[in-house]
Amino acid sequence: MSDKIKKVSIIISKGGLDGVYPGLIMANGARMEGIEANLFFTFFGMDAIIKKRMGKIKIATVGNPGMHMPSLLGILPGFSAFATKMMLKTMDKLDIPPVPEYVEMIADAGGKFYACKATVDMFGLKKEDFCPQVDSIINVGKFYEISAGGEIIFT
Amino acid sequence: MAQKQYGTATVEVDAEGFMADFLQWTRDVAAAIAKEEGIAELTAAHWKVIDYIHKEFKENGQVPSIRKLNKSGVISTKELYDLFPGGPAKKAAKISGMKKPEGCV
Repeated sequence: MSDKIKKVSIIISKGGLDGVYPGLIMANGARMEGIEANLFFTFFGMDAIIKKRMGKIKIATVGNPGMHMPSLLGILPGFSAFATKMMLKTMDKLDIPPVPEYVEMIADAGGKFYACKATVDMFGLKKEDFCPQVDSIINVGKFYEISAGGEIIFT
Repeated sequence: MAQKQYGTATVEVDAEGFMADFLQWTRDVAAAIAKEEGIAELTAAHWKVIDYIHKEFKENGQVPSIRKLNKSGVISTKELYDLFPGGPAKKAAKISGMKKPEGCV
């Protein structure tokens, strides 16, 4: 067998449930295999670590071809909230936790959380806006430094 | 199916060393598997996890997830990672004589 992966640095750049979950699942899965995991949140992916937002992330029902339904339906008031509720219910059954609990679980497992400096500046955010699991706000250079010697995954 | 010798016990294992027949599991076998996994000694905290895994397996036919272990109050995720370094779900299952966990979480 070839060399095992020892370290991954995962970039979460997209918002919405379908934007943030894949990266969270991969990070948690990495820790479960004893792989070092860093998470770097940028652009709308950052919602997953913003205190006020992390518990309210929804699935997009408009302009999302993966939903297999006409976008016209998706614009109905409350539809996105309903679809999100259904999806979270299914995930809970599979033991996939809601975003805030997942972030806590990955941090407890030893995963490290970082926020992107450029996005923080752009959205006018402060360190206090983030959940306590966030280690620091770093720039791209620092991200590469932290990622050295591992795999980088962009989601 | 491969066989493995742990002390005086011979057990059936799969290609990755997970036990194939739980009836062959004993506390001594568990301690021997733990040693192979780099855990020198099974402490009371380890046994609390192993006992809970067995209880859940008997009741639901399933090995509990890390999340369930945490939520049930048996052990925090942090402690679990400390007790079974380098892959807690897999290692705890292996030492408990369970099959390899299939889930992603």
